[in-house]
Amino acid sequence: MPSSTETVNPTLRLKAPPLQVESVVKRFGDVTAVAGVSLEIPAGACFGLLGPNGAGKSTLIRSIMGRVRPDSGSIRIFGEPVGSTAARADLGWVPQELAVYPLLTCRENLHAFGRYEGLNGSALDEAIAWCLDWAALADRAKSPVKTLSGGMKRRLNMAAGLIHRPRLVLLDEPTVGVDPQSRNRIFEMVEALRAGGTTIIYTTHYMEEAERLCDSIAIIDHGQIIAQGTKEALVAHTFGSRSSVVMHFGAARTDLAAWAAAHGATAEDSVVHCSVEKPSEIAELLDAATRDGLEILDVTMQRPNLESVFLHLTGKELRA
Amino acid sequence: MIGAILQTSFRSLRRDRGAFVMSFVLPIGFFTIFGFVFGSMKGSSTPRVNVLVVDEDHSAASRSLMRALLREPSLQAETHAKPTKENPAPADYTAATAEAAVRSGAAPAAMIIPAGFGANPISFGPEPGAGAARPKFRILHDSADPVAAQVVAGMLQKVVMTSLPATMAAAGSQYFDQQVGGLTPKQRQQMESSMAFLRQLQNDGGADSQDAPSGAPANNSASNSRGFVAVDIQDVVGARKSNPMIAYYAAGVGVMFLLFTSGAAGASLLDESDSGALDRVLSARVTMTTLLLGKMTYSAMLAFAQLTLMFLWAWLIFKLDLFTHIPGFLVMTAVTAFAVSAYGMLLASLTHTRGQLAAVSTLIVLTMSAVGGSMFPKFLMPDAMMKVGYFTFNSWAISGYTKVFWRDEPITSLGPEVAVLVASGAVLFLLARWFARKWEYV
Repeated sequence: MPSSTETVNPTLRLKAPPLQVESVVKRFGDVTAVAGVSLEIPAGACFGLLGPNGAGKSTLIRSIMGRVRPDSGSIRIFGEPVGSTAARADLGWVPQELAVYPLLTCRENLHAFGRYEGLNGSALDEAIAWCLDWAALADRAKSPVKTLSGGMKRRLNMAAGLIHRPRLVLLDEPTVGVDPQSRNRIFEMVEALRAGGTTIIYTTHYMEEAERLCDSIAIIDHGQIIAQGTKEALVAHTFGSRSSVVMHFGAARTDLAAWAAAHGATAEDSVVHCSVEKPSEIAELLDAATRDGLEILDVTMQRPNLESVFLHLTGKELRA
Repeated sequence: MIGAILQTSFRSLRRDRGAFVMSFVLPIGFFTIFGFVFGSMKGSSTPRVNVLVVDEDHSAASRSLMRALLREPSLQAETHAKPTKENPAPADYTAATAEAAVRSGAAPAAMIIPAGFGANPISFGPEPGAGAARPKFRILHDSADPVAAQVVAGMLQKVVMTSLPATMAAAGSQYFDQQVGGLTPKQRQQMESSMAFLRQLQNDGGADSQDAPSGAPANNSASNSRGFVAVDIQDVVGARKSNPMIAYYAAGVGVMFLLFTSGAAGASLLDESDSGALDRVLSARVTMTTLLLGKMTYSAMLAFAQLTLMFLWAWLIFKLDLFTHIPGFLVMTAVTAFAVSAYGMLLASLTHTRGQLAAVSTLIVLTMSAVGGSMFPKFLMPDAMMKVGYFTFNSWAISGYTKVFWRDEPITSLGPEVAVLVASGAVLFLLARWFARKWEYV
């Protein structure tokens, strides 16, 4: 990896992509958590990073934050090696956990994290004011964190990660445990950030969030990026023009998996997933099921979405 | 329902293996330490009292007494300082050098055998004028150890009785002769015969003491003017001080609680690690070294404030003379706070959960406080325990504060205490930094 003291020409830094991950490998004993991941995120993008639990997502995120040292490969933030002062200044992190001081007020928390980021004086005051406004917490500035609602705590958690106005922000499941109203407020905050030109890496277990906010998505599984692109590109690449069909049967039969396989589908308990090019193909499936004595309870057809892609590629529900 | 609660509680305890082990190891460990420490006293619950002996009489009686004092098992008497490289054959103590040694804390008491003791060694009083005519023994003592002077005075009377049989008998017969109106010639002859035997016994008793090493412990004790010998007990250190032990206990208790609070301050690192705040802080521009230094500085400032409050309280309630000792107080408080806060950082970096930290902290604090003199006065400890005490912050802090508030010694005399506490703090901080790598990177 490049030395953390290595610096890049200021002109090149302006042109360098916000994040370059090259062939990063990280092992923990016999387990390879990240197996040669390479990524490049363009300026101003909102990049979704999705993956099932244990896929290596957290290790990759912590590597980008400089909290995990990869065994090989390199990570650069605007051309600067991770861990360097310049990279730290350009990178903001909003962790999943509510990593704020519960006994301090909102303003005091922002003041503390601002100081940790090297801010002081009027620059710090301005940053605090901006954060309170951005997070819609100005009227709760003097409230101790422990008195805030869950959504407010989440917003403060986000604001603390952006106090130094980084150009690249990593939002690690920022909506965990918040109600729909607060989630919408957080979406608005993220969209405001994007509008301001900030590059965002967004991880979530909620597919609709990724579909709404992200213009490019990578799916990671077993430590590798197994798919990457826009939502439409991922769907088209995975399913082409086909639509997904879900058939629910009355009772699980031991031969259901074999039946599904014979018709190019997959079975899970009493549910069969398959895809069709034309709706008329559904009638053929229904005839086959009836002929083979399967009790059909329900049939749905939908255009494949990100959830379908994820399920198809990883074999797991995103929220499982 | 209660069964489920019990099951959950025991499962949680079992998963925190450090806390689980410490829950059982802690009391056994603490008991074992105390068992070894106090068990080493081997039935003698009172340690030997160190006393410096000065013979200003140089008579046969004083030499006999001196020999007996050197043999007295409950005293550790010394006639001169221990030889050093610079001074391999130190001179015997004089009244002045013995007093200086007591003032400096080298010994808790000194006994001066007065000139003229041999000529008029003992009295059976209480005849008028008898006590006044006798030369008085002087016991110079440091009342920081309130036991030593009384032990020395008592042991002096005992040693006089047991080591000077001929002198005792001669004085007794003289007293009897005066009270009964004179002995017959035959009675006098028989008395003289017995006296010859007692003189021989008294001299024989002293003969082996000439083989005693010159630096061997001697001891002394004295009581008051109503005993066989007249004794004048003088407090040469704390005569004008109102509350002899208050500085000792302010330091002792203060350091003990500082150790607890420093452990708790260190625990904030564990809390921040659990909450993710530590990750966030370390991903900013804060390095682990900076973070530890910041935490330790906070802990040291808190400790400084706690000790200051403790001594202000002692000044307010117990009339401790705080404000004439400010420089020494500041120095000792600063170095003590530094050492104790570094200990807190090490404790946090060594443990993984609050449960582990609490268990280890309790074990260490109670042990250091007991051995170091916070819970049990050092002057009542056996030698071995006092030596073990040198491995504790409590002992060095108490020693320094005692120098400042009790002996009125200058700041320069605090060199050993300052050096030990600062060096300990530095070493503990470096160790804490080393173990804190677990929080830096994976």
